Amino acid sequence: MTAGTSAAAAELARRRHSPLQRVQHLLHGYPWISPLVILVLTMVVFTIVNPRFSNPSALSLLIQQTAVIACLAIGQTLIILTAGIDLSVGAIVILSMMVMAKLAVENGVPAPLALLIGIALGVGAGALNGLLVTRVNLPPFIVTLGTLSIFTAIALLYSGSKSFQNNELPDLLNWTGTSFPVGPFRLTVGVVIVLVLYAIVGFALSQTAWGQHVYAVGDDPEAARLAGIASKRVLLSVYVVAGLVYGIGAWVLIGRAGAASPNAITDANLQSITAVVIGGTSLFGGRGRLIGTLIGALIVQAFYVGLSLARVDQQYRLLAVGVLVIVAVAIDQWIRKVKS
Amino acid sequence: MQPSSNLSAPRTTARRALVAVAAGTLVLGAAACGSSSDTGSGGGTGGAAAGGDTVGIALITKDSTNPFFVAMQKGAQAEAAKNNVDLTIASGAKDGDEQGQVQAIENAIAAGDKGILITPNGPGVNASIKKARDAGLFVIALDTPPDPADTVDITFATDNFKAGELIGQWANKTLAGKKATIALLDLFNDKVVSVDYNRDQGFLTGMGIDTKDKQKNGDEDKTGTYAGGDYAIACNEPTQGSEDGGRTAMENCLTNTPDINVVYTINEPAAVGAYNALKAAGKEKNAIIVSVDGGCAGVKSVKDGIIGATAQQYPLKMATLGMEAIAKIARGGEKPTTSEGLDFFNTGVALVTDKPVDGVESITSDAASKICWG
Repeated sequence: MTAGTSAAAAELARRRHSPLQRVQHLLHGYPWISPLVILVLTMVVFTIVNPRFSNPSALSLLIQQTAVIACLAIGQTLIILTAGIDLSVGAIVILSMMVMAKLAVENGVPAPLALLIGIALGVGAGALNGLLVTRVNLPPFIVTLGTLSIFTAIALLYSGSKSFQNNELPDLLNWTGTSFPVGPFRLTVGVVIVLVLYAIVGFALSQTAWGQHVYAVGDDPEAARLAGIASKRVLLSVYVVAGLVYGIGAWVLIGRAGAASPNAITDANLQSITAVVIGGTSLFGGRGRLIGTLIGALIVQAFYVGLSLARVDQQYRLLAVGVLVIVAVAIDQWIRKVKS
Repeated sequence: MQPSSNLSAPRTTARRALVAVAAGTLVLGAAACGSSSDTGSGGGTGGAAAGGDTVGIALITKDSTNPFFVAMQKGAQAEAAKNNVDLTIASGAKDGDEQGQVQAIENAIAAGDKGILITPNGPGVNASIKKARDAGLFVIALDTPPDPADTVDITFATDNFKAGELIGQWANKTLAGKKATIALLDLFNDKVVSVDYNRDQGFLTGMGIDTKDKQKNGDEDKTGTYAGGDYAIACNEPTQGSEDGGRTAMENCLTNTPDINVVYTINEPAAVGAYNALKAAGKEKNAIIVSVDGGCAGVKSVKDGIIGATAQQYPLKMATLGMEAIAKIARGGEKPTTSEGLDFFNTGVALVTDKPVDGVESITSDAASKICWG
């Protein structure tokens, strides 16, 4: 078969589909396209309303403000890809963060060690969630609902609800907040760390056997098991990796907030889930791209900044985000009906 | 006049809620047990306890995570023995949890306590407070007056409007006639709470700006004149009373109005966040930051030059004075009365700054650090 005939065949196949079906197919193959379109539209509209919105300095802030939630949403994406959900993400981050800070400030632990212990705690917390899901066979919703309380309680008991400000913290813990110019933009070390995490986890998901297994387990754990995939081990690994990401997210948060405070990121759980859902990842597992999550997180923050610059009541942001969530899930359902 | 720090976390999360529920249940359980034995031994008399007798008192805070309430609980616990008070501590599951407080009130009545100290989470507890008072308990609201205020016997609280006024007066004098470009970093914009508007509107009043409706943030003219010169209000942004919220809010304000030189913040964590945003933009020297709370971390921020001035409040005093008042009444003493010109008992507020100005009384950060909470 020559290239010519196969192209003709493809052309013929395309003609058999209506334009709508073609969109459906396109979105099926690239689920992050719809959030990208929404992000671009959002930015265009807000720029028209207030041109300051697309100033390099404003865009730099938008990226910095999104970094923490975008980071946590990496772990959330992994778990949602396996048809799970993580309600304990905020609690794990706070716990990791308070441990890092308190060890370094009050117990005189060297900063690198305090950081590593904090991140390790994130990994351990993720592993606990994963073990409860895979070994005790509890639903992820219930497991993380329980550990949400447990981790929060431990963090508050351990820290005594006390916060540590950046002038008390060692430089290493504050390092993620250091900013530097990139052309007209200003990024922070934390932003770079988050982007690197996206690159690494995105690569692992799309290019490695582990990534294929994550999708397979999310799509149909039983079929994956029959295909010879160690479903439970894959599932456990997903929670462990998510815990690692949360631990690193705690470090990024310290730099961003300029403090380690148990009152930080009060809406992390819902915000990370929102970013994942708007980013086109299916709550039913097995479908979605990590890049979509990053776009989803940016959309939510763009609404916040844009409405603030437009001096519009912030309640419209809630309204808009709510509509976007519903639309995103509706599109997901529609795409799933695609005829292969 | 809610606590400030509530400021820290009113939008508390589900995670906290759950924790608090769990903790609350334990506390309540313990309270119930303790109380039944109480009524067994001393109770049954129904009348006021004789002098020196142990007096049962329940302290019911909004939550048990906010450092402001934690300070209150610890302060009360430390003083309980001194007054021969059998203190039961309970709280809502989180800020806004009325049902948890209702149960705690019912437990206090059942336990035969002589009085209740409560920071009410909302009007949903009013009916239970009335039940308690009908049962002969003396009920004192701490920090947050209920609506209507006469739901309780008396309120012991910070005058948050006065707290705002003090930092406004200080900002006015410090500007010395320069044009004021003001960022107002509030607590919320999705719900109306008294501490939020009292501090914000008090601050503007202290600056000499007409606030129009004193119970509404953001309805004042965006430009005009304050006591010393011209002003422009750059923004009203919510912070949730946290460092990260304060930072994001300040960043958004600066994007629209780069030349902000006066920053009002609802509490000290928000102030620290605002400072970090200014610093990242290289503008920390251009702006003065004022705040309210007087927590130990905030007082240190004043000493470090991050916050120009803060108004300090005294949660421990609310709890200990409230406890003493109930103990006194239970032993046949006088009831406390409201402060002159106010509908509550004012537990005081002091301006803390290391750059004092003429005509506004203040204390130094060193002095404040000896009496700070948290």
